[in-house]
Amino acid sequence: MKNNIDYKSIPGWGMDSDPENEPTYPMKNYTGDDHNRSNYERASQQPISVEILQSTERPKPPVVFGTSVPPKGLSGQIRRYAFQHSEDRYRHWIPLILADRINMVEGVIDDLKKGYIPNVFAERGWKAEMKYNPRGLAIKVLAMAAAGTLIWWSLKSKKSKGFFK
Amino acid sequence: MLAVNYRGPYRIRMSEKPMPEILHPEDAIVRVTRSCICGSDLHLYHGFVPDTRVGSTFGHEFVGIVEEIGTLVTEVKVGDHVLVPFNIACGRCNFCKQGLFGNCHESNPMATAVGGIFGYSHTAGGFDGGQAEYVRVPYANVGPTVIPADMDPDDAVLLTDVVPTGYQAAEMAGIKQGDTVVVFGAGPIGIMAARCAWFFGPSRVIIIDHIDYRLEFAKNYAKCEAYNFKSMKDPVEFMKKTTDWYGADVCIDCVGCEAVGNTLQTVTGRALIQAGSATALQWAINSVKKGGIVSIVGVYGPPFNYVPIGNVLNKGITIRANQASVKRLLPKLIDHVQSGRLKPSELITHRIPLEEAADAYRIFSSKLDNCIKTVLIPSTK
Repeated sequence: MKNNIDYKSIPGWGMDSDPENEPTYPMKNYTGDDHNRSNYERASQQPISVEILQSTERPKPPVVFGTSVPPKGLSGQIRRYAFQHSEDRYRHWIPLILADRINMVEGVIDDLKKGYIPNVFAERGWKAEMKYNPRGLAIKVLAMAAAGTLIWWSLKSKKSKGFFK
Repeated sequence: MLAVNYRGPYRIRMSEKPMPEILHPEDAIVRVTRSCICGSDLHLYHGFVPDTRVGSTFGHEFVGIVEEIGTLVTEVKVGDHVLVPFNIACGRCNFCKQGLFGNCHESNPMATAVGGIFGYSHTAGGFDGGQAEYVRVPYANVGPTVIPADMDPDDAVLLTDVVPTGYQAAEMAGIKQGDTVVVFGAGPIGIMAARCAWFFGPSRVIIIDHIDYRLEFAKNYAKCEAYNFKSMKDPVEFMKKTTDWYGADVCIDCVGCEAVGNTLQTVTGRALIQAGSATALQWAINSVKKGGIVSIVGVYGPPFNYVPIGNVLNKGITIRANQASVKRLLPKLIDHVQSGRLKPSELITHRIPLEEAADAYRIFSSKLDNCIKTVLIPSTK
Protein backbone atom coordinates (compact mmCIF):
# COMPACT_ATOMS: atom_id res chain seq x y z
CA MET A 1 0.00 0.00 0.00
CA LYS A 2 1.66 3.19 -1.16
CA ASN A 3 0.67 6.34 0.68
CA ASN A 4 0.84 9.36 -1.57
CA ILE A 5 1.03 12.06 1.02
CA ASP A 6 3.08 15.20 1.34
CA TYR A 7 5.01 13.97 4.33
CA LYS A 8 6.16 17.44 5.31
CA SER A 9 2.52 18.32 5.99
CA ILE A 10 2.25 15.67 8.75
CA PRO A 11 1.82 17.49 12.08
CA GLY A 12 5.15 17.61 13.86
CA TRP A 13 7.22 16.46 10.88
CA GLY A 14 10.91 16.92 11.66
CA MET A 15 10.35 18.99 14.81
CA ASP A 16 12.27 16.58 17.08
CA SER A 17 15.04 15.96 14.60
CA ASP A 18 18.39 16.00 16.36
CA PRO A 19 21.46 16.00 14.15
CA GLU A 20 23.52 15.01 17.19
CA ASN A 21 21.55 11.81 17.66
CA GLU A 22 24.17 9.69 15.99
CA PRO A 23 24.32 6.06 17.07
CA THR A 24 27.38 6.89 19.07
CA TYR A 25 25.60 9.71 20.87
CA PRO A 26 24.42 8.22 24.11
CA MET A 27 20.75 8.01 24.86
CA LYS A 28 21.53 8.53 28.49
CA ASN A 29 22.41 11.81 30.09
CA TYR A 30 25.94 10.74 30.98
CA THR A 31 27.03 12.07 34.34
CA GLY A 32 30.10 10.00 35.11
CA ASP A 33 28.30 8.44 38.05
CA ASP A 34 28.81 5.00 36.54
CA HIS A 35 32.32 5.11 37.93
CA ASN A 36 30.92 5.44 41.44
CA ARG A 37 29.43 2.00 40.86
CA SER A 38 26.89 1.13 43.52
CA ASN A 39 27.77 4.00 45.84
CA TYR A 40 24.60 5.98 45.47
CA GLU A 41 22.01 7.03 48.00
CA ARG A 42 19.45 4.29 48.53
CA ALA A 43 16.04 4.58 50.09
CA SER A 44 15.30 2.47 53.16
CA GLN A 45 14.96 -1.25 52.53
CA GLN A 46 11.48 -2.73 52.07
CA PRO A 47 11.04 -5.32 54.83
CA ILE A 48 11.53 -8.82 53.49
CA SER A 49 8.28 -10.46 54.52
CA VAL A 50 8.14 -13.28 51.97
CA GLU A 51 10.71 -15.54 50.37
CA ILE A 52 12.41 -13.63 47.57
CA LEU A 53 14.61 -15.46 45.12
CA GLN A 54 17.52 -13.28 44.23
CA SER A 55 19.82 -13.19 41.24
CA THR A 56 23.35 -14.35 42.01
CA GLU A 57 24.52 -11.32 40.08
CA ARG A 58 23.72 -8.91 42.88
CA PRO A 59 24.94 -8.91 46.49
CA LYS A 60 21.80 -7.67 48.23
CA PRO A 61 18.14 -7.21 47.40
CA PRO A 62 17.00 -3.99 45.77
CA VAL A 63 15.15 -1.43 47.86
CA VAL A 64 11.74 -2.61 46.67
CA PHE A 65 10.47 -5.82 45.17
CA GLY A 66 7.20 -7.57 44.41
CA THR A 67 5.72 -9.91 46.97
CA SER A 68 3.26 -11.76 44.77
CA VAL A 69 3.24 -15.56 44.61
CA PRO A 70 6.26 -16.66 46.66
CA PRO A 71 7.80 -19.97 45.53
CA LYS A 72 6.19 -23.11 46.89
CA GLY A 73 5.73 -26.78 46.07
CA LEU A 74 7.75 -28.66 43.49
CA SER A 75 7.85 -25.65 41.18
CA GLY A 76 9.24 -23.61 44.07
CA GLN A 77 11.99 -26.15 44.65
CA ILE A 78 12.95 -25.96 40.99
CA ARG A 79 12.92 -22.17 41.08
CA ARG A 80 15.21 -22.22 44.14
CA TYR A 81 17.60 -24.44 42.18
CA ALA A 82 17.44 -22.08 39.19
CA PHE A 83 18.38 -19.11 41.35
CA GLN A 84 21.59 -20.83 42.41
CA HIS A 85 22.87 -20.07 38.92
CA SER A 86 23.54 -16.77 37.22
CA GLU A 87 21.35 -15.19 34.59
CA ASP A 88 24.01 -16.20 32.07
CA ARG A 89 23.37 -19.92 32.48
CA TYR A 90 20.86 -22.17 30.75
CA ARG A 91 20.56 -23.94 34.08
CA HIS A 92 18.95 -20.77 35.36
CA TRP A 93 16.38 -20.24 32.61
CA ILE A 94 15.45 -23.76 31.52
CA PRO A 95 14.48 -24.85 35.07
CA LEU A 96 12.38 -21.69 35.40
CA ILE A 97 10.44 -22.58 32.26
CA LEU A 98 10.03 -26.14 33.56
CA ALA A 99 8.85 -24.78 36.91
CA ASP A 100 6.25 -22.62 35.13
CA ARG A 101 4.76 -25.69 33.45
CA ILE A 102 4.73 -27.70 36.68
CA ASN A 103 3.22 -24.70 38.45
CA MET A 104 0.33 -24.81 35.98
CA VAL A 105 -0.46 -28.40 37.04
CA GLU A 106 -0.05 -27.42 40.71
CA GLY A 107 -2.61 -24.68 40.10
CA VAL A 108 -5.16 -27.19 38.83
CA ILE A 109 -4.47 -29.52 41.79
CA ASP A 110 -4.90 -26.58 44.19
CA ASP A 111 -8.21 -25.71 42.56
CA LEU A 112 -9.47 -29.28 42.84
CA LYS A 113 -8.35 -29.49 46.49
CA LYS A 114 -10.50 -26.42 47.17
CA GLY A 115 -13.40 -28.09 45.38
CA TYR A 116 -13.16 -25.70 42.45
CA ILE A 117 -13.27 -27.11 38.95
CA PRO A 118 -11.56 -24.67 36.58
CA ASN A 119 -13.77 -23.46 33.77
CA VAL A 120 -11.10 -23.83 31.12
CA PHE A 121 -13.42 -22.68 28.35
CA ALA A 122 -14.09 -19.39 30.12
CA GLU A 123 -10.45 -19.00 31.13
CA ARG A 124 -9.32 -19.45 27.55
CA GLY A 125 -11.81 -16.82 26.35
CA TRP A 126 -13.72 -19.13 24.11
CA LYS A 127 -16.85 -17.01 24.53
CA ALA A 128 -15.09 -14.29 22.55
CA GLU A 129 -13.89 -16.87 20.03
CA MET A 130 -17.48 -18.09 19.64
CA LYS A 131 -18.74 -14.56 19.11
CA TYR A 132 -16.12 -13.34 16.67
CA ASN A 133 -14.68 -16.49 15.13
CA PRO A 134 -17.28 -19.28 15.33
CA ARG A 135 -15.96 -21.05 12.25
CA GLY A 136 -12.40 -21.05 13.52
CA LEU A 137 -13.54 -22.29 16.90
CA ALA A 138 -15.59 -25.08 15.31
CA ILE A 139 -12.57 -26.18 13.27
CA LYS A 140 -10.40 -26.09 16.40
CA VAL A 141 -12.90 -28.18 18.40
CA LEU A 142 -13.31 -30.67 15.57
CA ALA A 143 -9.54 -30.98 15.16
CA MET A 144 -9.13 -31.58 18.89
CA ALA A 145 -11.95 -34.13 18.88
CA ALA A 146 -10.41 -35.90 15.88
CA ALA A 147 -6.97 -35.96 17.52
CA GLY A 148 -8.48 -37.27 20.75
CA THR A 149 -10.38 -39.99 18.91
CA LEU A 150 -7.26 -40.97 16.99
CA ILE A 151 -5.19 -41.27 20.17
CA TRP A 152 -7.97 -43.25 21.92
CA TRP A 153 -8.37 -45.56 18.91
CA SER A 154 -4.62 -46.02 18.64
CA LEU A 155 -4.25 -46.90 22.34
CA LYS A 156 -7.22 -49.25 22.18
CA SER A 157 -5.84 -50.94 19.09
CA LYS A 158 -2.37 -51.42 20.67
CA LYS A 159 -3.93 -52.70 23.88
CA SER A 160 -5.95 -55.33 22.03
CA LYS A 161 -2.68 -56.49 20.41
CA GLY A 162 -1.20 -56.96 23.85
CA PHE A 163 1.36 -54.16 23.77
CA PHE A 164 0.31 -53.02 27.21
CA LYS A 165 0.15 -56.43 28.83
CA MET B 1 -10.59 -6.83 45.11
CA LEU B 2 -11.05 -8.23 41.63
CA ALA B 3 -7.87 -9.01 39.72
CA VAL B 4 -6.58 -10.95 36.75
CA ASN B 5 -5.26 -14.32 37.89
CA TYR B 6 -2.92 -16.15 35.50
CA ARG B 7 -3.47 -19.92 35.53
CA GLY B 8 -1.05 -21.05 32.80
CA PRO B 9 -0.59 -20.46 29.07
CA TYR B 10 -3.77 -19.07 27.45
CA ARG B 11 -5.66 -19.23 30.76
CA ILE B 12 -6.83 -16.14 32.63
CA ARG B 13 -9.31 -16.11 35.49
CA MET B 14 -10.80 -13.23 37.41
CA SER B 15 -10.39 -13.75 41.17
CA GLU B 16 -10.88 -11.96 44.41
CA LYS B 17 -7.42 -11.15 45.81
CA PRO B 18 -6.37 -9.34 48.98
CA MET B 19 -6.14 -5.57 48.75
CA PRO B 20 -2.57 -4.37 48.15
CA GLU B 21 -0.83 -2.78 51.11
CA ILE B 22 1.78 -0.11 51.63
CA LEU B 23 5.01 -2.11 52.06
CA HIS B 24 7.48 0.76 51.89
CA PRO B 25 7.19 4.42 53.00
CA GLU B 26 7.48 5.54 49.37
CA ASP B 27 4.62 3.31 48.15
CA ALA B 28 1.18 4.40 47.03
CA ILE B 29 -1.98 2.42 46.47
CA VAL B 30 -3.76 3.34 43.26
CA ARG B 31 -7.37 2.53 42.37
CA VAL B 32 -7.18 1.58 38.72
CA THR B 33 -9.53 3.40 36.36
CA ARG B 34 -8.18 1.96 33.13
CA SER B 35 -5.61 -0.65 32.24
CA CYS B 36 -4.52 -1.94 28.87
CA ILE B 37 -3.50 -5.30 27.56
CA CYS B 38 -0.12 -4.78 25.93
CA GLY B 39 1.30 -6.84 23.08
CA SER B 40 4.05 -7.86 25.49
CA ASP B 41 1.40 -9.15 27.91
CA LEU B 42 0.68 -11.72 25.24
CA HIS B 43 4.19 -13.14 25.68
CA LEU B 44 3.23 -13.79 29.31
CA TYR B 45 -0.21 -15.08 28.33
CA HIS B 46 1.34 -17.47 25.83
CA GLY B 47 3.83 -18.75 28.42
CA PHE B 48 6.98 -17.38 26.79
CA VAL B 49 8.42 -15.45 29.74
CA PRO B 50 10.32 -17.56 32.28
CA ASP B 51 9.22 -17.37 35.94
CA THR B 52 5.64 -16.38 35.21
CA ARG B 53 3.97 -17.88 38.25
CA VAL B 54 0.40 -19.14 38.47
CA GLY B 55 -1.59 -16.62 40.49
CA SER B 56 0.18 -13.56 39.08
CA THR B 57 -1.73 -10.45 38.07
CA PHE B 58 -0.59 -8.88 34.81
CA GLY B 59 -0.86 -5.30 33.64
CA HIS B 60 1.83 -2.64 33.24
CA GLU B 61 -0.21 0.02 31.43
CA PHE B 62 -2.65 1.70 33.79
CA VAL B 63 -3.97 4.95 35.18
CA GLY B 64 -5.90 5.47 38.38
CA ILE B 65 -6.72 7.49 41.47
CA VAL B 66 -4.27 7.61 44.37
CA GLU B 67 -6.09 6.04 47.31
CA GLU B 68 -3.36 5.84 49.94
CA ILE B 69 0.23 7.04 50.25
CA GLY B 70 3.22 6.03 52.36
CA THR B 71 4.71 8.37 54.93
CA LEU B 72 7.48 9.61 52.63
CA VAL B 73 5.38 10.28 49.53
CA THR B 74 5.32 13.97 48.68
CA GLU B 75 4.90 14.20 44.92
CA VAL B 76 1.35 12.87 44.66
CA LYS B 77 -1.56 13.08 47.08
CA VAL B 78 -4.68 11.07 47.75
CA GLY B 79 -7.26 11.78 45.07
CA ASP B 80 -4.78 12.59 42.28
CA HIS B 81 -5.57 10.94 38.95
CA VAL B 82 -2.21 9.62 37.83
CA LEU B 83 -0.66 7.79 34.93
CA VAL B 84 1.92 5.27 36.06
CA PRO B 85 4.94 4.48 33.85
CA PHE B 86 5.39 0.76 33.33
CA ASN B 87 8.96 0.93 34.68
CA ILE B 88 9.40 0.85 38.45
CA ALA B 89 12.25 3.30 39.03
CA CYS B 90 13.89 4.58 42.21
CA GLY B 91 15.16 7.87 40.74
CA ARG B 92 18.35 7.57 42.80
CA CYS B 93 20.55 4.87 41.28
CA ASN B 94 23.13 5.78 38.67
CA PHE B 95 20.94 4.48 35.88
CA CYS B 96 17.88 6.49 36.89
CA LYS B 97 20.00 9.59 37.43
CA GLN B 98 21.19 9.33 33.84
CA GLY B 99 17.66 9.08 32.50
CA LEU B 100 17.65 5.31 32.11
CA PHE B 101 14.46 4.84 34.11
CA GLY B 102 13.84 1.54 32.33
CA ASN B 103 17.03 0.15 33.81
CA CYS B 104 16.62 0.95 37.51
CA HIS B 105 18.91 -1.11 39.73
CA GLU B 106 16.71 -0.96 42.81
CA SER B 107 13.47 -2.59 41.77
CA ASN B 108 14.14 -6.17 40.75
CA PRO B 109 15.87 -8.82 42.86
CA MET B 110 15.32 -11.63 40.37
CA ALA B 111 17.30 -10.31 37.41
CA THR B 112 19.91 -7.66 36.85
CA ALA B 113 19.26 -7.42 33.11
CA VAL B 114 15.85 -5.82 33.52
CA GLY B 115 14.41 -3.33 35.96
CA GLY B 116 11.15 -3.84 37.80
CA ILE B 117 8.00 -3.80 35.68
CA PHE B 118 4.43 -3.97 36.97
CA GLY B 119 2.76 -7.31 36.38
CA TYR B 120 5.46 -8.74 34.19
CA SER B 121 6.54 -12.01 35.82
CA HIS B 122 9.07 -12.58 38.56
CA THR B 123 11.81 -12.09 35.99
CA ALA B 124 10.77 -8.43 36.15
CA GLY B 125 10.49 -8.22 39.93
CA GLY B 126 7.38 -10.18 40.93
CA PHE B 127 5.14 -7.12 41.21
CA ASP B 128 1.40 -7.49 40.78
CA GLY B 129 0.09 -5.46 37.87
CA GLY B 130 -2.71 -3.06 37.12
CA GLN B 131 -5.24 -5.42 35.58
CA ALA B 132 -7.01 -5.26 38.89
CA GLU B 133 -9.11 -2.85 40.88
CA TYR B 134 -6.15 -1.71 42.99
CA VAL B 135 -2.39 -1.87 42.67
CA ARG B 136 0.63 -1.13 44.82
CA VAL B 137 2.88 1.49 43.21
CA PRO B 138 6.42 1.63 44.64
CA TYR B 139 8.55 4.79 44.39
CA ALA B 140 5.46 6.97 44.19
CA ASN B 141 7.61 10.13 44.23
CA VAL B 142 9.21 9.09 40.93
CA GLY B 143 6.86 7.26 38.58
CA PRO B 144 3.26 8.40 38.96
CA THR B 145 2.50 11.59 37.05
CA VAL B 146 -0.65 13.62 37.57
CA ILE B 147 -2.75 13.55 34.42
CA PRO B 148 -3.26 17.08 33.09
CA ALA B 149 -6.82 18.24 33.64
CA ASP B 150 -7.54 18.62 29.95
CA MET B 151 -6.21 15.20 28.96
CA ASP B 152 -8.48 12.32 27.97
CA PRO B 153 -7.71 9.37 30.31
CA ASP B 154 -7.71 7.13 27.22
CA ASP B 155 -4.79 9.17 25.90
CA ALA B 156 -3.15 9.12 29.33
CA VAL B 157 -3.23 5.35 29.67
CA LEU B 158 -1.35 4.99 26.40
CA LEU B 159 1.33 7.37 27.70
CA THR B 160 2.34 4.70 30.23
CA ASP B 161 3.94 2.50 27.57
CA VAL B 162 2.68 2.52 23.97
CA VAL B 163 3.53 6.10 23.11
CA PRO B 164 6.91 6.28 24.93
CA THR B 165 7.98 2.91 23.58
CA GLY B 166 6.98 3.80 20.03
CA TYR B 167 8.61 7.21 20.34
CA GLN B 168 11.83 5.84 21.82
CA ALA B 169 12.00 3.25 19.05
CA ALA B 170 12.13 6.12 16.57
CA GLU B 171 14.44 8.20 18.77
CA MET B 172 16.95 5.36 19.16
CA ALA B 173 16.93 4.90 15.41
CA GLY B 174 18.82 8.17 14.97
CA ILE B 175 16.61 9.15 12.02
CA LYS B 176 18.00 11.90 9.81
CA GLN B 177 15.93 14.18 7.60
CA GLY B 178 15.24 12.40 4.34
CA ASP B 179 15.82 8.90 5.73
CA THR B 180 13.80 5.82 4.83
CA VAL B 181 12.52 4.11 7.95
CA VAL B 182 11.16 0.57 8.01
CA VAL B 183 9.07 -0.56 10.97
CA PHE B 184 8.50 -4.28 11.42
CA GLY B 185 5.18 -5.03 13.13
CA ALA B 186 1.87 -3.15 12.87
CA GLY B 187 0.71 -3.74 16.41
CA PRO B 188 0.08 -0.72 18.66
CA ILE B 189 3.80 -0.15 19.29
CA GLY B 190 4.74 -0.48 15.63
CA ILE B 191 1.96 1.87 14.58
CA MET B 192 3.08 4.40 17.19
CA ALA B 193 6.74 4.02 16.17
CA ALA B 194 5.79 4.68 12.55
CA ARG B 195 3.78 7.75 13.56
CA CYS B 196 6.52 9.07 15.85
CA ALA B 197 9.22 8.48 13.22
CA TRP B 198 7.86 11.51 11.35
CA PHE B 199 8.87 13.76 14.26
CA PHE B 200 12.48 13.15 13.22
CA GLY B 201 12.05 14.16 9.61
CA PRO B 202 12.31 11.09 7.35
CA SER B 203 11.04 11.12 3.79
CA ARG B 204 9.59 7.61 3.88
CA VAL B 205 8.13 5.47 6.64
CA ILE B 206 7.25 1.90 5.71
CA ILE B 207 5.48 -0.58 7.97
CA ILE B 208 5.50 -4.36 7.43
CA ASP B 209 3.12 -6.93 8.87
CA HIS B 210 0.92 -9.80 7.71
CA ILE B 211 -2.43 -8.64 9.07
CA ASP B 212 -4.29 -6.57 6.49
CA TYR B 213 -6.66 -4.72 8.82
CA ARG B 214 -3.74 -3.55 10.94
CA LEU B 215 -1.80 -2.43 7.88
CA GLU B 216 -4.82 -0.45 6.70
CA PHE B 217 -5.11 1.15 10.15
CA ALA B 218 -1.38 1.93 10.24
CA LYS B 219 -1.48 3.50 6.80
CA ASN B 220 -4.21 5.89 7.89
CA TYR B 221 -3.07 6.59 11.45
CA ALA B 222 0.67 6.81 10.88
CA LYS B 223 0.49 8.23 7.35
CA CYS B 224 2.98 5.62 6.20
CA GLU B 225 3.37 3.05 3.45
CA ALA B 226 2.09 -0.34 4.55
CA TYR B 227 2.94 -3.73 3.06
CA ASN B 228 1.92 -7.29 3.77
CA PHE B 229 4.99 -9.53 3.73
CA LYS B 230 2.82 -12.49 2.77
CA SER B 231 2.34 -10.85 -0.61
CA MET B 232 6.12 -10.69 -1.13
CA LYS B 233 8.45 -13.36 -2.36
CA ASP B 234 11.01 -12.20 0.16
CA PRO B 235 10.65 -9.21 2.52
CA VAL B 236 14.36 -8.45 2.61
CA GLU B 237 14.60 -8.50 -1.17
CA PHE B 238 11.56 -6.21 -1.30
CA MET B 239 13.21 -3.75 1.08
CA LYS B 240 16.36 -3.67 -1.00
CA LYS B 241 14.41 -3.14 -4.19
CA THR B 242 12.25 -0.36 -2.76
CA THR B 243 15.36 1.49 -1.57
CA ASP B 244 17.15 1.40 -4.94
CA TRP B 245 18.91 -1.81 -3.89
CA TYR B 246 20.62 0.09 -1.09
CA GLY B 247 18.82 -0.92 2.10
CA ALA B 248 16.75 1.13 4.51
CA ASP B 249 18.56 3.80 6.52
CA VAL B 250 16.87 2.60 9.66
CA CYS B 251 14.95 -0.54 10.65
CA ILE B 252 12.84 -0.80 13.80
CA ASP B 253 11.83 -4.13 15.33
CA CYS B 254 8.46 -3.72 17.06
CA VAL B 255 7.56 -7.41 16.99
CA GLY B 256 9.74 -9.31 19.42
CA CYS B 257 9.66 -12.97 20.23
CA GLU B 258 6.50 -14.19 18.54
CA ALA B 259 7.18 -13.17 14.95
CA VAL B 260 5.95 -15.24 12.05
CA GLY B 261 7.26 -15.42 8.50
CA ASN B 262 10.26 -17.71 8.84
CA THR B 263 9.53 -21.37 9.45
CA LEU B 264 12.83 -22.23 11.12
CA GLN B 265 12.55 -19.26 13.47
CA THR B 266 8.92 -20.07 14.25
CA VAL B 267 9.50 -23.77 14.92
CA THR B 268 12.57 -23.27 17.10
CA GLY B 269 10.86 -20.39 18.88
CA ARG B 270 7.67 -22.29 19.63
CA ALA B 271 9.70 -25.26 20.84
CA LEU B 272 11.61 -22.85 23.10
CA ILE B 273 14.87 -23.99 21.53
CA GLN B 274 15.43 -20.24 21.40
CA ALA B 275 13.68 -17.44 23.28
CA GLY B 276 10.85 -17.15 20.77
CA SER B 277 11.12 -16.39 17.10
CA ALA B 278 13.49 -13.60 16.03
CA THR B 279 12.24 -13.28 12.45
CA ALA B 280 11.61 -9.53 12.62
CA LEU B 281 15.06 -8.86 14.01
CA GLN B 282 16.64 -11.06 11.36
CA TRP B 283 14.78 -9.14 8.64
CA ALA B 284 15.72 -5.81 10.22
CA ILE B 285 19.41 -6.67 10.24
CA ASN B 286 19.30 -7.93 6.69
CA SER B 287 17.15 -5.06 5.34
CA VAL B 288 19.08 -2.13 6.74
CA LYS B 289 21.83 -0.44 4.72
CA LYS B 290 25.50 -0.90 5.48
CA GLY B 291 26.30 1.37 8.40
CA GLY B 292 22.59 1.60 9.17
CA ILE B 293 20.84 1.48 12.51
CA VAL B 294 18.56 -1.20 13.90
CA SER B 295 16.38 -0.12 16.80
CA ILE B 296 14.77 -2.84 18.92
CA VAL B 297 11.78 -2.40 21.20
CA GLY B 298 10.17 -5.77 20.51
CA VAL B 299 10.38 -7.94 23.61
CA TYR B 300 12.54 -11.05 23.64
CA GLY B 301 13.01 -13.61 26.37
CA PRO B 302 16.21 -13.53 28.38
CA PRO B 303 18.06 -16.69 27.30
CA PHE B 304 19.15 -16.39 23.64
CA ASN B 305 18.01 -15.95 20.04
CA TYR B 306 19.29 -16.89 16.61
CA VAL B 307 20.16 -13.66 14.80
CA PRO B 308 22.60 -13.06 11.92
CA ILE B 309 25.21 -11.37 14.07
CA GLY B 310 27.82 -11.95 11.36
CA ASN B 311 25.90 -9.57 9.12
CA VAL B 312 25.83 -6.99 11.92
CA LEU B 313 29.61 -7.09 11.86
CA ASN B 314 30.05 -7.24 8.11
CA LYS B 315 27.58 -4.41 7.45
CA GLY B 316 28.78 -2.24 10.32
CA ILE B 317 25.30 -2.01 11.77
CA THR B 318 24.60 -0.21 15.00
CA ILE B 319 22.00 -1.84 17.19
CA ARG B 320 20.21 0.28 19.76
CA ALA B 321 17.67 -1.16 22.13
CA ASN B 322 16.11 -0.55 25.50
CA GLN B 323 12.96 -0.63 27.51
CA ALA B 324 11.39 2.79 27.09
CA SER B 325 12.43 5.37 29.63
CA VAL B 326 8.88 6.57 30.18
CA LYS B 327 9.58 9.22 32.79
CA ARG B 328 12.32 10.82 30.68
CA LEU B 329 10.01 11.10 27.69
CA LEU B 330 6.76 12.09 29.38
CA PRO B 331 7.14 15.92 29.27
CA LYS B 332 7.75 15.88 25.52
CA LEU B 333 5.04 13.33 24.82
CA ILE B 334 2.44 15.05 26.97
CA ASP B 335 3.16 18.15 24.89
CA HIS B 336 2.69 16.22 21.64
CA VAL B 337 -0.66 14.91 22.91
CA GLN B 338 -1.89 18.21 24.32
CA SER B 339 -0.95 20.04 21.13
CA GLY B 340 -2.98 17.56 19.10
CA ARG B 341 -0.03 16.26 17.12
CA LEU B 342 -0.58 12.80 18.62
CA LYS B 343 -3.94 11.26 19.43
CA PRO B 344 -3.02 7.90 21.01
CA SER B 345 -6.57 6.97 22.04
CA GLU B 346 -7.45 6.46 18.38
CA LEU B 347 -5.60 3.14 18.71
CA ILE B 348 -8.17 1.85 21.19
CA THR B 349 -10.64 -0.41 19.46
CA HIS B 350 -12.03 -2.32 22.45
CA ARG B 351 -13.15 -1.15 25.88
CA ILE B 352 -14.01 -4.21 27.93
CA PRO B 353 -15.05 -4.61 31.60
CA LEU B 354 -12.24 -5.95 33.76
CA GLU B 355 -14.49 -8.89 34.68
CA GLU B 356 -14.22 -10.08 31.06
CA ALA B 357 -10.42 -10.01 30.91
CA ALA B 358 -10.22 -13.62 29.71
CA ASP B 359 -12.27 -12.75 26.64
CA ALA B 360 -10.30 -9.53 26.19
CA TYR B 361 -7.04 -11.48 26.13
CA ARG B 362 -8.48 -13.88 23.58
CA ILE B 363 -9.72 -11.03 21.37
CA PHE B 364 -6.31 -9.34 21.42
CA SER B 365 -4.29 -12.55 21.14
CA SER B 366 -6.29 -13.99 18.24
CA LYS B 367 -6.73 -10.55 16.62
CA LEU B 368 -10.50 -10.97 16.60
CA ASP B 369 -12.94 -8.22 15.62
CA ASN B 370 -10.17 -6.14 14.00
CA CYS B 371 -8.65 -5.51 17.41
CA ILE B 372 -5.79 -3.03 17.67
CA LYS B 373 -5.77 -2.09 21.37
CA THR B 374 -7.83 -3.29 24.30
CA VAL B 375 -8.57 -1.36 27.47
CA LEU B 376 -9.95 -3.01 30.60
CA ILE B 377 -12.23 -0.91 32.76
CA PRO B 378 -12.91 -1.92 36.38
CA SER B 379 -16.50 -1.52 37.45
CA THR B 380 -15.43 0.47 40.53
CA LYS B 381 -14.50 3.37 38.24
